[in-house]
Amino acid sequence: MDLDVVLLSRLQFALVVTFHIIFPSFTIGIAAWLATIEGMRLATGNPIYRRVFDLWLKIFAVSFGMGVVTGIVMAFQFGTNWSAMAEKMGPIQGPLLAYESFTAFILEATFLGVMLIGRDRVPPLFYWFACCMVALGTMASSFWILCNNSWMQVPLGHQFVDGKLIPADWWAITTGPIVRLRWPHMLLGAFLTTGMSVIATGAWYRLRDVHRAESRVMLHWGLAMVAVLIPIQLFIGHLTGIYVHNYQPAKFAAIEARWKTQQPASEVFLAIPDPAAQRNLLPLEVPYLGSFIASGTWDSRQVGLESFPEQDRPPVIIPFFAFRIMVGMGVIMLAISWFGLFLWWRRSLEVTRWFLWIAFLAFPSGFVAVISGWYTAEVGRQPWIVYGLMRTKDAINPSLTADVALFSLVCYAVVYVTVFSFGAYYIYKLLHEGPSDEAGRPSGATPSRPMAFGTSAGGRRPAE
Amino acid sequence: MDPNTLALLWAGIIAFSILIYVVLDGYDLGVGILFGTTRDANYRDHMIAAIAPFWDGNETWLIVVGASLFGAFPIVYAVFLSAFYLPVLLLLFGLIFRGVAFEYRHRSEHNRWLWDWGFFLGSLVVAFVQGAAIGAMIRGIPVENGQYSGGPFLWVAPFPIFCGIGLVLGYSLLGASWLVLKSDDDVRAWAYRRIPWLVIGVVVILIIALATALDIRTRIEQNFVGHIWTFIFPVIGALALVGVLVGARKQRDGWPFLMSALFFLMAFLTLAEMFWPYMIPYSITVTNAAAPAQSLEFMFYAGVVVLPVIIIYSAVVYWVFRGKLHRTYS
Repeated sequence: MDLDVVLLSRLQFALVVTFHIIFPSFTIGIAAWLATIEGMRLATGNPIYRRVFDLWLKIFAVSFGMGVVTGIVMAFQFGTNWSAMAEKMGPIQGPLLAYESFTAFILEATFLGVMLIGRDRVPPLFYWFACCMVALGTMASSFWILCNNSWMQVPLGHQFVDGKLIPADWWAITTGPIVRLRWPHMLLGAFLTTGMSVIATGAWYRLRDVHRAESRVMLHWGLAMVAVLIPIQLFIGHLTGIYVHNYQPAKFAAIEARWKTQQPASEVFLAIPDPAAQRNLLPLEVPYLGSFIASGTWDSRQVGLESFPEQDRPPVIIPFFAFRIMVGMGVIMLAISWFGLFLWWRRSLEVTRWFLWIAFLAFPSGFVAVISGWYTAEVGRQPWIVYGLMRTKDAINPSLTADVALFSLVCYAVVYVTVFSFGAYYIYKLLHEGPSDEAGRPSGATPSRPMAFGTSAGGRRPAE
Repeated sequence: MDPNTLALLWAGIIAFSILIYVVLDGYDLGVGILFGTTRDANYRDHMIAAIAPFWDGNETWLIVVGASLFGAFPIVYAVFLSAFYLPVLLLLFGLIFRGVAFEYRHRSEHNRWLWDWGFFLGSLVVAFVQGAAIGAMIRGIPVENGQYSGGPFLWVAPFPIFCGIGLVLGYSLLGASWLVLKSDDDVRAWAYRRIPWLVIGVVVILIIALATALDIRTRIEQNFVGHIWTFIFPVIGALALVGVLVGARKQRDGWPFLMSALFFLMAFLTLAEMFWPYMIPYSITVTNAAAPAQSLEFMFYAGVVVLPVIIIYSAVVYWVFRGKLHRTYS
């Protein structure tokens, strides 16, 4: 069998990043959610907030541990599989990722410990401050990752001296127009992911008729949060689309499955793109709308994939469908949160069981949106690894052979499925058990062992 | 600041972090290896308790090394990780299983044996591949046009394999010394009994490794002829091993750990002296591996602000959990 080492490495990266992104998109949101309800508890003194807080703190601890473990693997991939990129693009990507690690460790080293075990040892206001710092820390961490990825999407602020890449303007790299949009887009994605999970958990408890007060807090806060954030996210998402249109026209054409240049352009809602024949089967399209979405006028000219040399064209199928799945999830979130608010206003939220079922079953919507959004961005950037500067096939470790790459891919798949299954099962168990009645300090955790905090029912620990 | 000074600063930070990592994660990996050599459940619980508050923080230093290397010396990061593709894979799996085992062994009654094996094998594999990678580095890493140009099994040769076994024993020595430091009664006595054997094992493996290293002996000899004073490091290292034995005989609980840490410091300095000025032996030097001045300047604040915080925090954790474990812990 003749397997391509570039393809195998891409599959491996896709595998590890897909597993990884689940956890940070969850923890960024949970950290902010914890800071919010701890603030509410301080303001109102209501003990229900404390019980909700304690439950989500356990989920946070487990997810954070999984995020760290799977995240370390990501950074190593740059060296093991994409070493030509690490070497040539390292002067810009290296410092960004170094800052990410250092920021994350400042967070872990100082405030995470206070948050996990320091409740009884610090004043309440300081405890809340630590929660806010942890939330800020997770956001800072994502900021550096988005700086790096945005630079790969649209390189800015660099120059070449004697053929070597030199960072010329760190302000452009860290605060350029692309990262200014994509970082908030990712943050909102994380908040919405958590929001939908909180709603689903509340709905689940309500359907099982357990933890009534806590489920009400989760439903109300989750619905309100998602209802407010989703329109903002749709708007920022639209702006992100505009940057793609302006800076990465080939990706834009692939997302729209626009094979031929059109004026005025139509908008394909759904179709089965046929790359071989360069056309769409069974298209569901609206004339003129494509021009309007892309530029705000009804008759603008929109370039099709035919305008790009064949070796510069991205694949169409994955960006096309992944984008539509992402937008579809956004619409689902909009519908659930706004209709949920309507039911709340009518005072029938907690008795409308069919709605609670839908809200419960929609728990993965945020995760699906985040993953498909990343697929759109990353696959749409192909065949470039750093857009316009370096092709993916030139970034590969030149000493890597297909059999070794296949071996590592299979190993990663096995190990990740194993570790992930246990983590997911454990989070499920914590959620199923729900908030405990006594709001005491759970035992067994230390600052350097966040996962130990997840121990729910007095697991046997030697240190006690 | 002068770009060369900055490059040296980062090389210094990385060297310091590697040394801290080797000594700190060394002892907890060593305890993990010793864990697999006893079946006594009380001993095992005690061993876990002796490293529980520290191991995660110890591993932080590996991340500091990796992140600093990518930022300050991207070419070294690229060559090193691609040369050691399979060892890095094993290292990551070892660390993952070890970390997960830590948390899960207390949760499962039926599957505890599985996590215990994961903990032991994970520790063993991590120690072994690190030693094998050092052995392969001593032999030299082939590089062409700034990229690794060898095969996937550079580390599979007699010398690197013996270095791997040597590091397994060396980390076990650190682990046994740590257990002596942190425990009373039977676990302490158990660890004391193993120290002399581990010292003998380390010495024997070092001698065998050097005997198999025919192809690199000239380079090693040249190195010592060139800088006669570097004999000092190996000599102090040998004295440190004697110090471990004396400390074990006199039952001074602090000695074995201090002396084995000194031994590792000397081994580290010997290697550093041997590799200098190369970062990838023997083709890429510190100066020609350094990232552009603009990158190093940007990174400067990460080094001078964040690193001290990590050091202070680690010190606080060690202070809070100082002294021996109480009997009730086991």
